[in-house]
Amino acid sequence: MKKIFCILLCSAMILTSAPLPAEADNGYINVYNWGQYISDGTDDYIDINAAFTKATGIKVNYMTFDSNESLYTKLKTGGSTYDVLFPSDYMIAKLIEENMLAELDFSNIPNYRYIDEAYKNQAFDPENLYSVPYTWGTVGVIYNDKYVDEEDIGSWDLLWNEKYSGKILMFDNPRDAFAIAESLLGFDINTEYPADLRASAQKLLEQKPLVQAYVMDQIYDKMEREEAWIAPYYAGDFMMMVEENEHLQYYFPKEGFNLFIDAMVVPRNAQNKAGAEAYINFLCDPAISGENMDYLGYSTPETEAKQYMDEETANSPIAYPSQEVLANGGSFLNLDVSANQEMDALWLQVKTMGSLDSYGHVNGFEIWAMALLFVGLAVYLTAHRIRRRRRIAQRCAKWKT
Amino acid sequence: MRTKRLAVPYLIWMVIFTIIPLGIVLYFAFTDSVSHAFTLENIIRISNYMPVFINSIWLALISSLLCIVIGYPVAYYIAGRSPAMQRFLYMLIMLPMCISFLLRTMAWVSLLDDTGIINGFIRTLGLKPLPLIRNNGAVILGMVYNYLPYMIMPLYTVLIKMDRRLIEAAQDLGCDSVQVFQRVIFPLSIPGILSGFTMVFVPAVSTFYISQKLGSSGTTLIGDVIESQFKAAYNPNLGAALSLVLMILVFICIGITNKFSDNDEEVVTI
Repeated sequence: MKKIFCILLCSAMILTSAPLPAEADNGYINVYNWGQYISDGTDDYIDINAAFTKATGIKVNYMTFDSNESLYTKLKTGGSTYDVLFPSDYMIAKLIEENMLAELDFSNIPNYRYIDEAYKNQAFDPENLYSVPYTWGTVGVIYNDKYVDEEDIGSWDLLWNEKYSGKILMFDNPRDAFAIAESLLGFDINTEYPADLRASAQKLLEQKPLVQAYVMDQIYDKMEREEAWIAPYYAGDFMMMVEENEHLQYYFPKEGFNLFIDAMVVPRNAQNKAGAEAYINFLCDPAISGENMDYLGYSTPETEAKQYMDEETANSPIAYPSQEVLANGGSFLNLDVSANQEMDALWLQVKTMGSLDSYGHVNGFEIWAMALLFVGLAVYLTAHRIRRRRRIAQRCAKWKT
Repeated sequence: MRTKRLAVPYLIWMVIFTIIPLGIVLYFAFTDSVSHAFTLENIIRISNYMPVFINSIWLALISSLLCIVIGYPVAYYIAGRSPAMQRFLYMLIMLPMCISFLLRTMAWVSLLDDTGIINGFIRTLGLKPLPLIRNNGAVILGMVYNYLPYMIMPLYTVLIKMDRRLIEAAQDLGCDSVQVFQRVIFPLSIPGILSGFTMVFVPAVSTFYISQKLGSSGTTLIGDVIESQFKAAYNPNLGAALSLVLMILVFICIGITNKFSDNDEEVVTI
């Protein structure tokens, strides 16, 4: 019986592990992208992956992540291989530094020529050997104008406003969260000074009691249902949310904000590099990019693509802000290892503990209650034992007489 | 001999998927993340997380006790019905477990949210919405709801197998119903309570999903810390050390509960 069970379990495991790329089949590429970050055929938009398979015969194994950090962890812990990734600028720099990316063969990506010069040769990939820009965008504050007063908006400090306690959401990744605190405190968003990082962490701790939850993709649901009223997030996602709830508004905080580029890269251990490059090339096709961005709401790095987009989206001041607004934005650079570790450690302390120094306080009541429970049980147990022993002794005595 | 051979597949399974992974956890817990040299630093750093440990144990303990209080009468009631009725009621208890645990917790979220179903109803009555979610109470509710069947099952099994003649004998000897329960039924059902307690306490103390969905940004359980060590901070060494300590704590708890059950029979032989 156990054998059968074992065989069943094994076969179940083999069957369920099928989507993991075990064999290097030319007909497959494994794509690892952000959640809700490609037009997938809903609401009559184009299904990009299906269109790609139709055009090239290469099937797409599509998987998603929810932050640059979880992407990095997944790559580091290994176990699965991917062919195309979509990290953000600072994470690309980190991956390049750690020698985890493959150099692209640009002769396989002729559509690269459509990418605007402004998005080529960025600081994260100065010679543009490893990456092809997919989207760009800004981080700002999304709020619900039904509940939030107009006079409170304009600055990042809305996220620290006690009036809206419990209705504020916050990024669930250290880099974005620290950048907000750093902007508010007047530090550079790429600061590596431990003192600055500590001060920012302290600022985030101050905010913690007001925060409803630290979230990433769940933000859509919470903001659209009005469970939360205020959240910092990416402009492109705001464009999607506002279609579900017209009370949502967006603004660029006056202290400055993050201006990011998400680009497509191929990891060094990719099993189908040619397929991956074909996929990148396909996504760079202006018509595809235009239709894709129409759905996504993120900004395209190709001016050429705008003609294929909905007029309203292509002219949106939120997706394509003026140069004046953009001048206030700053890009993330890769931090050095120690600053990164410091930030990770501080972030974890912010999220899991009540303070930076004392590691939170022990709840005295809980300790006393538990101690009392244990003592009570122990007393009962010993009393019970003694009583029983006495009873047995009595009975023995009775029998003996 | 034959039985030995039959056990081989499972033994291999156990070695590959229990013993070896346990060794890996041990290895990670006692090594440095960079140099892979032996270190006790991970274990020492755990003391920082003491408040989180205590909070997790506290919430799990409360939920387990609540499960006993709620589950015992239910199991007692079911065990006293006719066999057909028993089967039906037992199935009702088991039924929610056929639905994904994650889905059921999400359902609680949409019930308890400020804009959820219950508060929506309260609002239509013209009352102020209640703070139902994002507090310890909601986390305990989630734990009790999800793990109650694990308490009822062993209790029911113990109660149904109880020798009726013992109860009849007690009645014959002049016990009233309270005394019968107190001196016969309850002591005999202690093994069921203990295994139920273990089955509820162990998953409750290490959960992270329930606290993430139903708790506030302040209710962090040890499961959340372990999860974030692996997922966000990329510090599998500290994560492994935390898991190890949690495992030892759970063993201690099981050991304590087992202390109660080594009921040497009250049989006297001369």
